[in-house]
Amino acid sequence: MDQLNNYLFIAAALFSIGVFGVMTRRNGIAVLMGVELILNAANINFVAFSRFGGMNLDGHIFGLFVIVLAAAEAAVALAIVINIYNNLNTINVDDASALKN
Amino acid sequence: MDNIFIRYSVFILFLPLLAFLIQIFVGKRLPRQGDWVSISAIIITLILSITMFVGMLIEYNPLFSQEASFTWLDMGDFEIKLGFLVDNITVIMLLVVALISTCTHIFSTQYLKGDIRYSRYFAYLGLFTFSMNGIVLSNNLMSMYMFWELVGVSSYLLIGHWFEKDSAADASKKAFLTNRVGDIGFFIGIMLIYTAIGSFAFSDIFEGVSAGLIKGTTLTLAGVGLFLGAMGKSSQFPLHIWLPDAMEGPTPVSALMHAATMVAAGVYLSVRIFPILTPDALLIVAYVGAITAIFAATIAITQNDIKKVLAYSTVSQLGFMILAVGTGVYTAAFFHLLTHAMFKANLFYGSGSVIHAMHHALHEKHDHETDPQDMRNMGDFRKRMPITHWSMLLSTFAIAGIPLFSGFLSKDAILAGALSFAQHNPQHILLPIFGFSAAALTAFYMFRMMFLTFYGDSKKPELLNDIHESPKEMVGPLVLLGGLSFFIWYTLPYFNPMSTHGWFTDLIIPRDAVVPGNLTAHQIEEGAHHAHYLAMYISIAVAFSGVFVAYLMYIKKIFSPENWAKKAGFLYQWSLNKYYFDENYNKFIYQPTLRLARKISWLDWELYDKYFINGFGRITNVVSRISGKLDYYGIDQVLVDGNGKFINIFGNALKKIQTGRLQNYVLYVTAGVIILMIIQSF
Repeated sequence: MDQLNNYLFIAAALFSIGVFGVMTRRNGIAVLMGVELILNAANINFVAFSRFGGMNLDGHIFGLFVIVLAAAEAAVALAIVINIYNNLNTINVDDASALKN
Repeated sequence: MDNIFIRYSVFILFLPLLAFLIQIFVGKRLPRQGDWVSISAIIITLILSITMFVGMLIEYNPLFSQEASFTWLDMGDFEIKLGFLVDNITVIMLLVVALISTCTHIFSTQYLKGDIRYSRYFAYLGLFTFSMNGIVLSNNLMSMYMFWELVGVSSYLLIGHWFEKDSAADASKKAFLTNRVGDIGFFIGIMLIYTAIGSFAFSDIFEGVSAGLIKGTTLTLAGVGLFLGAMGKSSQFPLHIWLPDAMEGPTPVSALMHAATMVAAGVYLSVRIFPILTPDALLIVAYVGAITAIFAATIAITQNDIKKVLAYSTVSQLGFMILAVGTGVYTAAFFHLLTHAMFKANLFYGSGSVIHAMHHALHEKHDHETDPQDMRNMGDFRKRMPITHWSMLLSTFAIAGIPLFSGFLSKDAILAGALSFAQHNPQHILLPIFGFSAAALTAFYMFRMMFLTFYGDSKKPELLNDIHESPKEMVGPLVLLGGLSFFIWYTLPYFNPMSTHGWFTDLIIPRDAVVPGNLTAHQIEEGAHHAHYLAMYISIAVAFSGVFVAYLMYIKKIFSPENWAKKAGFLYQWSLNKYYFDENYNKFIYQPTLRLARKISWLDWELYDKYFINGFGRITNVVSRISGKLDYYGIDQVLVDGNGKFINIFGNALKKIQTGRLQNYVLYVTAGVIILMIIQSF
């Protein structure tokens, strides 16, 4: 289990599941969860390259940044979702189409 | 005394212009229609003129001359300078203009009382005074020409003051156009001189001529050209036709312009340019003057309109002045200009006063048929209008050349000059003969006018009770100018009624001509001095015989004028009808011109307009229609609209992938990335 490829496979799988979630879910919360998966896939890549590549501790630092960013993003995005729910009484992202046309 | 003269003359020039501007724009809204603006402006001008005149007398220097000029137009090598020239002639002339103009202003307040264009009338008087002062003050031909035209314009405006009358409108046009004929000659003369000398200033011209820059025939032509301008303004034969018609204007205007000042502008110009006139040009000038003098006098003896008599007498007197310039005694011409301005203006005011009284009387009688200017309706006015009578009588003595009066001195000087000219050149004996005959006729017709108006029996006794002396505004100028008809004012400080010797002859001394071939001023003076006594005896004799014949005819009635008129037959008819000049001009000049104009207008309309201009229009029309089609179908429809349509189609096609669903876009991005990866992996 100390091969770089293994980590990259897991990260790629996680990323694909995240993208799939973002693309297919109608529920706003589920879309957000997909985005979290994508971010964590990137994190795994950072840490893996930090361990096996020549990045030393830079990867870890980036990983920490991404976690902080993800937390902030989640806070903002959840606030938007709550607002959508308050206004439309649903969290289906397809219904939030007031700006279309 | 240095620049005071120039500074004063700037004020004298522009004050009347200021009055004109005020009157023309706000005159109607001012109290009394603003006549006080004009009158105060002209009185200040008069005071300044008198101050200058007194200054001139204190200086008592015949060579006194002040000049100031500025560059008006500067275009590299081409430069026009305008400026003032103040010498003794200028100062005297300014005083004459200001004095007569003031009298006219004051006289007019009564004569034009209640006129519908009262304030505009005063405005135009201001414009005229401004332009006349401009002519007098010019030190160059250029600005003189400008003011010359301005004088023509203001004369046109004032003659046509009552333009509702067709005769007044026609007379103003006639005056303007006749003056234009002379002005063309004036302009040619100016251009000839400028081409040769390169300057418009009198001093430069005199220098250039004496240096021989222009000589011979060219100089003669230039002189005659300038004189042609003088002929127009001073109404010399054959351009005299406008002046009698100009009597359609108000009588004070006739006194100011068509007797005293404006018509004197031509004489003034001749006096100024005298040094450059060649002997040939002078001969032409002399003959024009002599013919005008005798010719107008023969017309004046038969006229019945009081103003027409005065008009033709003015033409005749101007002929005298021009004759004096031609025979070389040009200071005598200027002297006669001065005395004539005084007594002729006065005669016109007198006639204005008589006409005013006649109007009044006819108005009382509700008579609108009788002509108030016709002397055949007057007679025996002397007790009714004593001041007018006495004042006019004094001026009549002056114009007839009776000793002790001003006209005697000046006319005598002119006739002496003409006589001496004939003594030197016996082939020109006609000049003094014309001169003396005209003097005799002058005495006759002036006394005929006096006798018909003021003496004898009244032809319309019913009017006599309503004839009254005019108001004091009209009588004042009459008294003043009547007093100025005495000789004494012109010969001070000497008291010799037989000689012109006085301040005038001391201050205005003739200068030598600058062209070769002319007699020097000294020779001319010498000759005139020798001829003086002979000329004086003859002129006294002819003046008294003229008066005597008039007395016998109209007071004693020993000869009946009617019988004499019948005996004279066609001569009387010719004179009464002014030698049919207007009729002949109409027949031989106006009508052919009109016919030619009509032919040309036919050519212009039928050929040029219809075929050439309209043809152009049609071609342009066809071409533009084709070009319009090309533009619409070619450019608009295909290029411009095609562009839009093309973009429209593409937009419609591409619009379909813009679903607005976030997830679709993510799908596209992912698909794109996958495709890129697949491409890269090969």
